[in-house]
Amino acid sequence: MSDTGLPAAIEALRRVREDPHRLGHRAHGAEAPVEGAGHGATGPANKRIVVGYGFWIFLLSDIVMFSCFFAAFAVQRDATAGGPGPRDIVELPRVALETGALLLSSYTCGLSFAATNARNKLWTQIFLLITGLLGLAFVGLELQEFISLASRGITPQRSGFLTSFFGLVGLHGLHVTVAGMWLATMMAQVQLKGFRREIIHRLICFNLFWHALDIVWIGIFTIVYLMGSGA
Amino acid sequence: MFGKLRWSAIPIDQPIPLITSVVVILVVLGVLGLVTAKGWWPYVWREWITSVDHKRIGIMYCALGVLMLVRGFADAIMMRTQQAVAINAAGYLPPEHYNQVFSAHGTIMIFFGAMPLVIGFMNFLTPLQLGVRDVAFPTLNSVSFWLTASGALLVNVSLFVGEFARTGWLPYPPLSEATYSPGVGVDYYLWAVQIAGIGTLMTGINFVTTVLKMRCPGMSYLRMPMFCWTTLSASLIIVAVFPILTATLAMLSLDRVFGWHYFTNAAGGNPMMFMNLIWAWGHPEVYILVLPAFGIFSEIFPTFSGKPLFGYRSMVAATLFICVVSMMVWLHHFFTMGAGPAVNTFFGIASSVIAVGTGVKIYNWIFTMYGGRVRLTVPMLWSLGFIFTFVIGGMTGVLLAVPPADFLVHNSMFLVAHFHNVIVGGVVFALFAGLDYWFPKAFGFRLHEGWGKAAFWFAFFGFWITFAPLYVLGMQGMTRRLQHINIEEWRPMLYVSAFGVAVLAVGVVCQIVMLVVSIIKRDELRDVTGDPWDGRSLEWATPSPAPFFNFAVLPNVEGEEAYWGIKLRAIETQQLSPEPKYEPIEMPVNSSVGFYTAFFASVTGFALIWHIWWLAGLGLAAAFAGFVVFAWRDVHEFHVPVEEVARIDRARRAAREAFLARLAQQGALP
Repeated sequence: MSDTGLPAAIEALRRVREDPHRLGHRAHGAEAPVEGAGHGATGPANKRIVVGYGFWIFLLSDIVMFSCFFAAFAVQRDATAGGPGPRDIVELPRVALETGALLLSSYTCGLSFAATNARNKLWTQIFLLITGLLGLAFVGLELQEFISLASRGITPQRSGFLTSFFGLVGLHGLHVTVAGMWLATMMAQVQLKGFRREIIHRLICFNLFWHALDIVWIGIFTIVYLMGSGA
Repeated sequence: MFGKLRWSAIPIDQPIPLITSVVVILVVLGVLGLVTAKGWWPYVWREWITSVDHKRIGIMYCALGVLMLVRGFADAIMMRTQQAVAINAAGYLPPEHYNQVFSAHGTIMIFFGAMPLVIGFMNFLTPLQLGVRDVAFPTLNSVSFWLTASGALLVNVSLFVGEFARTGWLPYPPLSEATYSPGVGVDYYLWAVQIAGIGTLMTGINFVTTVLKMRCPGMSYLRMPMFCWTTLSASLIIVAVFPILTATLAMLSLDRVFGWHYFTNAAGGNPMMFMNLIWAWGHPEVYILVLPAFGIFSEIFPTFSGKPLFGYRSMVAATLFICVVSMMVWLHHFFTMGAGPAVNTFFGIASSVIAVGTGVKIYNWIFTMYGGRVRLTVPMLWSLGFIFTFVIGGMTGVLLAVPPADFLVHNSMFLVAHFHNVIVGGVVFALFAGLDYWFPKAFGFRLHEGWGKAAFWFAFFGFWITFAPLYVLGMQGMTRRLQHINIEEWRPMLYVSAFGVAVLAVGVVCQIVMLVVSIIKRDELRDVTGDPWDGRSLEWATPSPAPFFNFAVLPNVEGEEAYWGIKLRAIETQQLSPEPKYEPIEMPVNSSVGFYTAFFASVTGFALIWHIWWLAGLGLAAAFAGFVVFAWRDVHEFHVPVEEVARIDRARRAAREAFLARLAQQGALP
């Protein structure tokens, strides 16, 4: 997969253009400033650095938003108003399945970008598709959980605890759903437009987003489900 | 079909909103008609609505902000006059209307007056001062602006369709919950602020990236003008706290629409959680406003003192100190919550300590003037007025930071006087100073000095006559937000305050006259050199108004005060640096995606306010479709041919050479 069939020189040029920091290819430390990296001495950064950097900042803000919902959950964890508590709503087998699907999807998402780096459209699409299907499985399992809870009368209207539970888990589910729509759009773009510069930038951002959702899920899995089942 | 929307939502029976609505609608229709009749639509669409030029977007932000300041000021006049006539009487505003007026006043002034103006300055100036051609994400920038405009539209629609919130500028639950506020007022607040807030968040992301990754060659961190540092700090705070606002408003919306229990006072809801969350955003928010204001003063004092900024590095340190500590003081907004002495002490000390950073800045500005050749221009008058006003506002703030003292004047008119003292004296004075200072860079001619000075003096004295009595009233025990007053002893001070607002109104009129007179006399006031004030940072290296690509060739910065160095060299050698080799320039193409997004954001927001679910779904679907279409476009940039670049830059050089020749004629050259 690493053989792109391009002459080595073109390949080397491409790598420098796309990754002026030469991450993993040079030692850290005091060196001559790198063109296009956006350091003061060399002028504005190139588009790839700017897009990735901006998206990281967005991810930070998104994680701050999640932290509010985590905080609300921490505050209202015991505010059950005489209704069901954490132990009554956690079904670990289903959550294990959800977690497995999401973690695996992060792995396939990484593989898709490895294929993108090798400019291999077929494998990029295959791995993106698997990622999307695993995400769909995750959202489906979560919906099933919500429906089964609702059928037992466990709804956000019941208590402060359930409000913060459905709010936090639901916000993550909403993020995965929106990411899935983004993924479908990206697959169409890769198919019809190929690996243009801006398409690759968007794929970088999509990868970052998908992995970030995974990290947030680790927090939810631990704080809501694992700690809830033991409470 | 139309959710909760009924014909009765239009206030036919209430003369004040009805007349205002009719006048506003007639003015809007008049403007639209004029643009249509004159055939200006293609120009407006091409050069403004779809523009992704940071200067155009900055100017539109400022125009929106100024318009909303006037709108918010109308509310202020109503409040002060109501309190002056409603002493042992009913006054002319019924309670439910008065409550909407003070809620709308705060919401509009902060979210749609001050914020757009501050962000407008960030937009207009930061790329120019950093010596680059645009922000990191120009199209996103346009989306940000139009979302803010969409929020402003929704707030103003509430005037004639339905009602606005009666819950203050921050809708505290449980009052703002559906049980106690069943109308659409709080929903108007929630969705207007939510939409504008998302726009602001994207601005923050954009400007963190711009300052950190888009600087011209040689512009290292410690060579950036102070305003860029404050832009960076304010943007960092935006990124850190605006998501909290989004989350909090979303939670309150879930409570209201679906009957959830985040902040209710039943079934385990927790109203104090709202106070903590909203102020964890709300306090840093005031620093988002005031840090760029400090940045504006840090540009004005050196220019009009003819000296570099005193203590540049300590200024940078103080700015970053405020940036961090601003997020550790929020609890001082509710010392009376009952969190206990340890917690109150921590936040009391943090709130006092943050004044140290501000104190460093005040001394730096004073020392910048010391020994300099101070020119008392209009921007400088506002700046001096700021130092006087802000220091007093800051000291009353330190008083309020002491929990036992706060328990006494908490929620009183003393507090109202304090925060107007810092926000008007700090932020609004800075904005007027900045408007006067950078107006020539935006439009190519200066503002009329006489009317500008008149506006300053009326505003300065008007401010003090309005708010000094409120300190006294607060100490006498008058709480804020009173619709009528039954304590006779407060009458004199309320009259003085009402007189003060009249003086302020004269100041507002002077500002409007200044603008009109300046436009009429624009040829006399023309700025031909691009450097009307003897400036020191890179925006003055461009002609006025700056060309859409800002710099024909990116400047190469060799020290602090980049443009001052270039100017000194030109004057010493009596010539400009040799003509550079011009190259074609790539600029981003116009995009209607911002306008499109805002259109559907307004429709969706309106639908959500009135529970018109099908329309909300349709709006969201259309927004997604719009993004896909936008993502499909193939042309992102256009080339400015080298001849065009050379032609524009040679005109600039000719103006500068004429300026040098003029200096030589006057015998001013060394």
